[in-house]
Amino acid sequence: MGEAGPSSASPLAEKLQVSVVLTGVFACLLAMGTSLAIGPASINKIAVFKELIDRLPFIAVDSGLSPIHKSVIWEVRFPRILLGGLVGSTLAVSGASYQAVFRNPLADPYLLGAAAGAGLGATVAIVSGFGDGIGAFDMVPVLAFLGAMSAVVMTYFLGYSSGARRSPSALLLAGVAVAAFLTAIQTFIQQQNVDSIRQVYSWILGRLNTASWTEVKLLAPYALVATLVMLLSRRTLDVMRLGDTEASSVGLRPQVVRFLVIAAASLGTAASVSVSGLIAFVGIIVPHAVRLIAGTSNRIVLPLSVLYGAAFLVFVDLLGRSLVSPAEIPIGVITAFCGAPFFVVVLRTSRKALA
Amino acid sequence: MNHCCVQNVRVCAGRQVILDDVSLSVSQGEWLSIVGPNGAGKSTLLSVMAGLKSTSGSVRVADIDIADMTPRQRAHHMAYLPQHPEVPPGMSVGGYVLIGRNPHIPLLGSEGQRDIEILNEVLEQLSLEDFRDRTLDSLSGGELQRCHLARVLAQDTPIIFLDEPTTALDLGHQQQTLDLICRIRSQRELTVVMTMHDLSLAGQYSDRIVLLSQGEVASEGSPEDVLNPDRLSALYGARIKVMEVDSDIVVIPTRSREL
Repeated sequence: MGEAGPSSASPLAEKLQVSVVLTGVFACLLAMGTSLAIGPASINKIAVFKELIDRLPFIAVDSGLSPIHKSVIWEVRFPRILLGGLVGSTLAVSGASYQAVFRNPLADPYLLGAAAGAGLGATVAIVSGFGDGIGAFDMVPVLAFLGAMSAVVMTYFLGYSSGARRSPSALLLAGVAVAAFLTAIQTFIQQQNVDSIRQVYSWILGRLNTASWTEVKLLAPYALVATLVMLLSRRTLDVMRLGDTEASSVGLRPQVVRFLVIAAASLGTAASVSVSGLIAFVGIIVPHAVRLIAGTSNRIVLPLSVLYGAAFLVFVDLLGRSLVSPAEIPIGVITAFCGAPFFVVVLRTSRKALA
Repeated sequence: MNHCCVQNVRVCAGRQVILDDVSLSVSQGEWLSIVGPNGAGKSTLLSVMAGLKSTSGSVRVADIDIADMTPRQRAHHMAYLPQHPEVPPGMSVGGYVLIGRNPHIPLLGSEGQRDIEILNEVLEQLSLEDFRDRTLDSLSGGELQRCHLARVLAQDTPIIFLDEPTTALDLGHQQQTLDLICRIRSQRELTVVMTMHDLSLAGQYSDRIVLLSQGEVASEGSPEDVLNPDRLSALYGARIKVMEVDSDIVVIPTRSREL
């Protein structure tokens, strides 16, 4: 096989194209850089750049910024950007994974009740007064996380007790039931506590404006582990595209793959919503835009969703906080407002079929 | 040596019995065709043998009960191609054929150099090199069937199960596909078990034929023994002649002149 050299160098059409990856990286850096430089506190943009360079190892540049400006950059803007990137990439890759594992293009990360569970958890935390924290500890993300995870676990058991082993659609329907049930409880509690309705409402619309290093540290470990598991499953998720029978004929246990990927995606989603509230649309729009641009293989869609999800949410957050500055538009509103038309454009200009 | 041994297999769907006490065996390197009228249980028997349907009774492959194997172990022994394989839109031929390597790759791993070498070999063997980067949904029926076969061969198993691999193909492609299977079978010393509708082709290519009827084995043996015109006419409810043309067996349906 002497002539196999050049062809084995490019084994598959399902490989990441350098240009698409570089565009994604560039979009991320652009969104992050712009976000760091723009904000209600007007800070010299070149000084921000110098300040960034200064933080690189072995390089010392004097940015000439005051300690207040430095802390605006490092304690306010930077954690918010990181949080936006983490939430965006986690939601996008979770959405892509849900779509792959259910073989359903409309699947999104909130499908199995994560959003409803998180909403209930957050509402309970806010109305019971824990919203201001027990001591220095904010209970809203903790209860939101627990709510989201319990909702997904509930859906999983309910679905499997009613035949999801044979068909994953039982799981989807169980998700609908659990979400409706938890939303009913959440709405009831909210109606009983009208005084905190504003706070609950603003949580539900999603926000990154309370972001600090605490939230970043809270989310990062979950987001990284979940994303890693999903990315490692990308080849297997392509095998799952053949359906359960053929997948098991090539040696997979479809239920095991589904469990693993759903667990990772739900963990990532729960951790994300617990710190950011419910940010809609990212989990659907980003993976589909990636599919339309770069192809349907999960080997491509999953890693690119991480990149483009991060860029998308950081950019959208920038819009949300600068369009009506110093006030803010809730990020969930902007994701839908910008995301939907953007998606239509991609849909209309693309010649590639949706999976 | 018996490569695959089916004993007392019984499959029911609700009250309906689909397979009733079926026993048969396949020797190493043998080409066995399962034929029979619609609804006789051919496809069910094939998926039972491939370990994809649970059953009472036992199926043993290489002297191990397949119920005791993990899906991965099974996939090392045998490959299976359904009658209508899934064709994921946008998937490339190379990526699709590589799915056959799944049992040789860890769950969260990715393919290695060896897998790519085998992919290249199989694509070359089936003259699919130029299609490598084409998407499956852009191929013709015959090309697509070659891709399915390529996936099955990439799995590199001693037994392959094919469910009506020629049904959707025209005459020429039917022959080409079976010639291809025949050639590869002798190269790799494969055991081939397939269901077939076309009795002439089954007779010409198989070493042995199992004739199923209403979930039971109606007849089993060499093509000359099984393809008996009276038996076939009765089982299929048809008027059938069996002839020999250039030492090939040919099964011909004939028109009744009384109508």
